[in-house]
Amino acid sequence: MNQRPAYGAIFLTFVRNSLMRDMSFRTNFVIECISSLSWAAMNLGFYLLIFQYTDEIGQGSGWGKHEFFVFLATSMLVNSLVQTFFMPNCEELSELIRSGGLDFALLKPIDTQFLVSLQKSDWSSLSNFLLGLGLLGYSQWQLATRATDPLTFGPVALLLYPVYVLCGVVILYSLMIALSATSIWMGRNQTLYDFWFYITNFSRYPMEIYEGTWGSPLRWAFTYMVPVLVVVNVPARVMVQPLRGENAFLALFALAATVASLAASRWIFRRALESYRSASS
Amino acid sequence: MVGRVITWWTILRICLEERLVYRGDFALGTLMRFLPIVTQIFLWSAVFTARDWRPLQGYGYEQFVAYYLLTMVSRAFSSMPGLASGIAGQIRQGEIKKYLIQPVDLIGFLLLTRVAHKAAYYSVAIAPFALVFFLCRSYFGDLPDHAATHSLTTAAAFVVALVMSFLLGFFLETSLGLVGFWFLEVNSLLFVYMLMNFFLSGHMFPLDMLPEPWRTIVELCPLQYLAYFPVAVFLGKFQGGELARALLVEFAWLAFFVALSRILYWRGVKRYSGYGG
Repeated sequence: MNQRPAYGAIFLTFVRNSLMRDMSFRTNFVIECISSLSWAAMNLGFYLLIFQYTDEIGQGSGWGKHEFFVFLATSMLVNSLVQTFFMPNCEELSELIRSGGLDFALLKPIDTQFLVSLQKSDWSSLSNFLLGLGLLGYSQWQLATRATDPLTFGPVALLLYPVYVLCGVVILYSLMIALSATSIWMGRNQTLYDFWFYITNFSRYPMEIYEGTWGSPLRWAFTYMVPVLVVVNVPARVMVQPLRGENAFLALFALAATVASLAASRWIFRRALESYRSASS
Repeated sequence: MVGRVITWWTILRICLEERLVYRGDFALGTLMRFLPIVTQIFLWSAVFTARDWRPLQGYGYEQFVAYYLLTMVSRAFSSMPGLASGIAGQIRQGEIKKYLIQPVDLIGFLLLTRVAHKAAYYSVAIAPFALVFFLCRSYFGDLPDHAATHSLTTAAAFVVALVMSFLLGFFLETSLGLVGFWFLEVNSLLFVYMLMNFFLSGHMFPLDMLPEPWRTIVELCPLQYLAYFPVAVFLGKFQGGELARALLVEFAWLAFFVALSRILYWRGVKRYSGYGG
């Protein structure tokens, strides 16, 4: 009776069921893949346009065209993973709370946060993951074979990169689940969703751009208070910059931030559940 | 005539009251909408530092910031959240029947609803907008003599362009929604529109930055009037005859979409069949 549920097997079942559902509407699946790819392509076009007018984003920041495209690819990888596994669920959570459907989740003999966070996955978002991998490979190859000052990266970078991409995914997930759990207190929270979108918007750019009277406090807050800036910056720096000084410190900090945000989101989720009153009665 | 005016006034008033219920959410949401601009400004300031602050395609750094802030104004006029998907949904679920049996015109009703929506929105949003523009007033100091800050003609043309961008946005999205009479599911069409709108209306970057042939393509497209054009007028990019000509082209696009939405509605209602009660 008191057996621990087989989380791994259950997760695989969730993933398989979602894939089966996606595959039963194949045309729709293809259209969704094309849509998310075209967003990414337009975004890429925007940065290509920017690099028509400048060689670098930020004087001496080291984010030249191909370095920045490594950054962009990292951003695609992290965001596509979040969108595939967590986004559909967190979107559904506030609906579950509003309609009282969360009751069913609470009754299941399994951890509620696990169930509501992973139940559905959206496979079409993984198309951006592939695009991200392609862009990453292309940019790294361009950097490694350029005539002046070719970039060398060792096995350490290759090993650390996936770890930090996953850390980024975990940080974004924690933020998302914490925000959607607050809808237990607030009822509907459309603005909070926008808030999530706008906050993570800060994570899509190299942290060097936040400078000056307004920028520096912003950079500090989004690194140490709400660590969205480490999400993409740390893995991207691991790939294109030497792991010394500030980079090494940030890399260590990112690990701590991951653990801390996961713990904080877990705490918020539990506190929110305690105040949950079913909608039906 | 009097009866009709009273009907329309009542519709307008009800919608206005409906909208003002959530004003707290509104005001907060409006302020939030400036956040992506903040990151854009940081991004461009990083680009400009790498360029040693040389102007880019006729835009200095200050003008770039002014451009982004002003696109918020033109977007506030031209964006129509939920309009097309709402129409398509009403067609699909059969709610459209009520316009067919009541003596109210669907497009007229929706237009009034939008006007009320926008009026309510501005009455609340004006505070955050005023705050942001006041804080950023220094970015508007360096504009040329024929910009709207100095010239009354340009300012008037800016207002005309804004009003037309509202109407153009409305009739364009209405036409898209009415396609729902033919295809029950218009979401992918709307997605394409949203994507094009995002990049080609000019609220990501000033459209005159684009290299050829993209620039010509974008200039031939009505989307530029939804965000780029009013701002370009404000900044004094168009003058004299050029300005008049551009406004006329915008008007022609508007007339085109008014006619298109009318035709679509008329043809659509003919093929529409409603069952049940």
